[in-house]
Amino acid sequence: MAGVLGAIRQWFDPEEVRRVGNTPDYRFSLANERTFLAWIRTGLALVAGGLATAQFLPPLPIAHLREVIAVALLLLGGAVAVRAVDRWARTERAMRLGRDLPATRFPALLAVAVGIGSVLLVVAVLVQAFQ
Amino acid sequence: MTDPGLARERTWLAWWRTLLVAAGVAILAARMASLEGAPLFVATALAGWTALFVVAFGRYRSRRAEPGPALPLFALFTVGYAVLGTLLVLNR
Repeated sequence: MAGVLGAIRQWFDPEEVRRVGNTPDYRFSLANERTFLAWIRTGLALVAGGLATAQFLPPLPIAHLREVIAVALLLLGGAVAVRAVDRWARTERAMRLGRDLPATRFPALLAVAVGIGSVLLVVAVLVQAFQ
Repeated sequence: MTDPGLARERTWLAWWRTLLVAAGVAILAARMASLEGAPLFVATALAGWTALFVVAFGRYRSRRAEPGPALPLFALFTVGYAVLGTLLVLNR
């Protein structure tokens, strides 16, 4: 728990990030910032998908399935955004300390989740088409 | 100061792209809130985008390599839109 709170404090207090190691080339810091922004856009796109699902999809044959899809997309978008800040802080820290960038499974997990979701929806569309 | 890779310009453009996507999210959230008859949520969704614009512009104006609190604030607002959407979906 203390680790989590410390990480959150670090997100909001760039002074704390700046206290370790040496300042890297500013272009690397700005590249890290752009990577963060790309992840935020990914999160915002998932949130937009959730909002669009809730508003523009007609009710599905399975009760509340539309709401479940919408809430799942919304929560996934929020999780991507939170993880983006953590990733930014960890990358910045690694660059300042001259270490390797932290390894992550998150992009692979997100890709698998989106892939499985797409396959399920393709199956649902085909089942409806042949009924 | 020379900036051969135009890193600052590219970063500002990335902020703009993010703001434009956020505008789409804000409009979708506001549309949904107005259909559900929740004017307070409509105002929150639109005010949220205005706040994001102020945060992004402040980040650009600061001209510093470190972004300050702009990044966690953007993440926080993204989570905020997700929560707002979830509340609207669950309350209908």
